[in-house]
Amino acid sequence: MALSEKKSFWQKLKAWIDGEEILINADKYISTREKPELPHFAKHFSTENVRSNKKLYRLMSVFVSLVFIGIMLITVTHLPTFGEASNPSNNEVAERYLEQGIEETGAINFVAGMILDYRAFDTFGESNVLFLAVICVVMLLKRDSKNISAAEDQENAEDDVFDMEDLKLILKKGSKTIAPLVILYGIYVVLNGHLSPGGGFSGGSIIGAGLILYSAANGQKKMQTFFTFRTFTLISVACLLTYCGCKSYSFFTGANHVGYEIPKGVPGAILSSGFILPLNICVGLIVACTMYGFYALFTKGEI
Amino acid sequence: MNHLATNFYEAASVILFGIGFMNLLLQNNLIKKFIGLNIMDTAVYLFLAAKGYIFGRVAPILTNGVVDADYYINPVPAGLVLTGIVVSVSVTAFSLALVQRLYKHYGTLNMDEIMKLSREEEGE
Repeated sequence: MALSEKKSFWQKLKAWIDGEEILINADKYISTREKPELPHFAKHFSTENVRSNKKLYRLMSVFVSLVFIGIMLITVTHLPTFGEASNPSNNEVAERYLEQGIEETGAINFVAGMILDYRAFDTFGESNVLFLAVICVVMLLKRDSKNISAAEDQENAEDDVFDMEDLKLILKKGSKTIAPLVILYGIYVVLNGHLSPGGGFSGGSIIGAGLILYSAANGQKKMQTFFTFRTFTLISVACLLTYCGCKSYSFFTGANHVGYEIPKGVPGAILSSGFILPLNICVGLIVACTMYGFYALFTKGEI
Repeated sequence: MNHLATNFYEAASVILFGIGFMNLLLQNNLIKKFIGLNIMDTAVYLFLAAKGYIFGRVAPILTNGVVDADYYINPVPAGLVLTGIVVSVSVTAFSLALVQRLYKHYGTLNMDEIMKLSREEEGE
């Protein structure tokens, strides 16, 4: 009793984070613990029943889907005509973005002006969703002392041997010329996000594809000479914080009419449109890191 | 019926959505289930892109120096599709990571087998 009561707040918090049960009055708890009673439906629910109802289930799911498609098609017949300028979705919001977008954001790509200036917090949320997804995948798949098996270890060791030898000659020679071009093209798409189609998300995916190609050809070991988990976290967090800082600044000054405006520059020049260029670079770096992170975690279990 | 033919992009996206939904219900393999989910996502993007299009107008990037709302298509659905793609990528990656963990634990991707094995595990 006295022993269990002495557990400090930090120990309890640590246990709670690790997902362990907090054992207050531990001995008493263990002696009285019983198996939880299964609810009624779970006791009588067996897989045999599922098997026998398989046919019915398949029929019903096809039926439900067809009815669903039918209802939606009837709805489509009541929708406004496709491609008409007078449709209700083409309202004053889109008009405002198109007519005053260049003046207010400085970007000649109206979509970039929209997502990175008018609706910048939405894009910030998207970047955070990507970062969260990669963190969840790290939690699930990262190979550490609790999540490792001998077979996988051997497989990875064999892969490393393959990477060291000159067995993938065509892939290695090919990637040597193609990967830098792919990454360069990605950088071009990111930097011209406010001038042409593209932007942070598409350019970041292209850079990620280049990194994946390099990693597939030359192996994880070579990749880790310049891109480790530490680099990944540093780049992602720094970009998210930069984004947050830039946007907080412009929202604060804009809302309070303080007047420290960011110069918009000449629309159409590369250094124009205020914060859109740095924000595009931040988003592009996050997306590139995320794409490569997914690849590395799913194949090897570590970045 | 005639209206359905004019709105054929929306009709196609609805049918695609139904196909994805059917895939989600009928497939036993977990990875194929997520492929069905992605087909549904794609149907939604097609629908949104179709909503933004206007006949005879150009993409929303300054062309020939014209600053006039009657010259460009609607840019709002493009931004919404971008959001949708990012969220769908994140959800797919997260669910595939969960599937990989399930496969490591149970050694199968079949939904019924996993349910059976987990119930046996609970029973012990």
